[in-house]
Amino acid sequence: MNKKNDKLMMTIVGLAIGVISAALVYFGNPKNMGFCIACFLRDTAGGLGLHKAPPVQYIRPEIIGIVIGAFLAAFAKKEFRSQGGSAPMTRFVLGFFAMVGCLMFLGCPYRMILRLAGGDLNALAGLVGFTAGIFCGIFFLKNGYSLKRTYTLTKSEGYILPIIELVIFALLIIKPAYIAFTAEGVGPGAMHAAVGVSLAAGLFVGVFAQRTRLCMVGGIRDLVLFRETRLILGFLAILVAAFVTNLVLGAVTGTPYFVLGIEGQPVAHTDGLWNALGMLLVGFACVLLGGCPLRQLVMSGEGSADSAVTIIGLMVGAAFCHNFGLAASGEGPTPAGKTAVIIGIIVVAIIGVVNTYVRQDAKVATETK
Amino acid sequence: MVDARGLSCPTPVIMTQKAMKSKGDYYEVLVDSNTPRENVTRYAESQGYKVAVEEKDGEFLLKISK
Repeated sequence: MNKKNDKLMMTIVGLAIGVISAALVYFGNPKNMGFCIACFLRDTAGGLGLHKAPPVQYIRPEIIGIVIGAFLAAFAKKEFRSQGGSAPMTRFVLGFFAMVGCLMFLGCPYRMILRLAGGDLNALAGLVGFTAGIFCGIFFLKNGYSLKRTYTLTKSEGYILPIIELVIFALLIIKPAYIAFTAEGVGPGAMHAAVGVSLAAGLFVGVFAQRTRLCMVGGIRDLVLFRETRLILGFLAILVAAFVTNLVLGAVTGTPYFVLGIEGQPVAHTDGLWNALGMLLVGFACVLLGGCPLRQLVMSGEGSADSAVTIIGLMVGAAFCHNFGLAASGEGPTPAGKTAVIIGIIVVAIIGVVNTYVRQDAKVATETK
Repeated sequence: MVDARGLSCPTPVIMTQKAMKSKGDYYEVLVDSNTPRENVTRYAESQGYKVAVEEKDGEFLLKISK
């Protein structure tokens, strides 16, 4: 594919994903949350009983759709490869703290765009922090940060996460007693599009995010590092398309989908500092991971065991956030959540330093002692 | 010659970027998956180089020349 087509394709896909994301709200998802990888992994963790926060328990078919869609696209294009072994525990920890940051801000980078498209100005603070976090990550990348190489693994390895997603989907359909569902009116977990609609939207995003390598962190990162605009075109296209779709939906339905302001935004709080610091942690951790939560889902569908471990890290992080009161809510951040974000930034910085400046060779390490 | 096998983006592109600081006429970059293949190619072309790809056993040798 030549360069021009490449960017055109990215823009078209971004526009389509933006429309779908806004439309999912019309079909029942929470406002400004047509898609949110962090929120949906958190809801899924709740649905599986990994945390017991009644407002946010629902197995989200969008997540399943993204992984399976990416799997199918990669498989069809012969890009599916079982790979892994690049610092899995480091990735787990980065995933864990990326989620801590997301649940301070109340959204992943993808939802940050959708919040902006819905007029939520709190997301601007998030965007500032997010960009700062990406710069922190780029500092380490430029100085040689690497989680070292991946290896080709046994074929079955890459199938495991997609199969787990199918099993989780079966649980959603069968609804055994141990699968939790948020009761109507209790919280955002009760707000969702029909299973088929959500799954189809997820599959679409999964397929096309795989084809285009769409990544919310990669956009700003590549612009800064290489003056490369391809990925940020996708980011901007989603923003524009979701914004226009919100306006259209508002005009057609009579209920506003775009409300410009700071106060009273859906599933958001107004603490600018902590919105920014939460997203700083997300941007920082995601650059060190090599991709935003959406991209991690897609890569896990492509057979990356490293990304699958990252997803597990994100889900465990979400469970911790709700079991220990770290997640913010519409009322604002919690003291424990603030502490967790600070710890997260420190831990991610240590991971950056260790994988940039410390020779990862046990022999050398003992000699310098 | 840059060996970026097993590394995930953007590291292979950064390695290429660093190598290209010598302003040479010819570089070889070895990668083993599609995303780095595309990204390194895109970067090299943006720097005014031509890229030829040789695929062998799931690895891609990118021959980058002026």
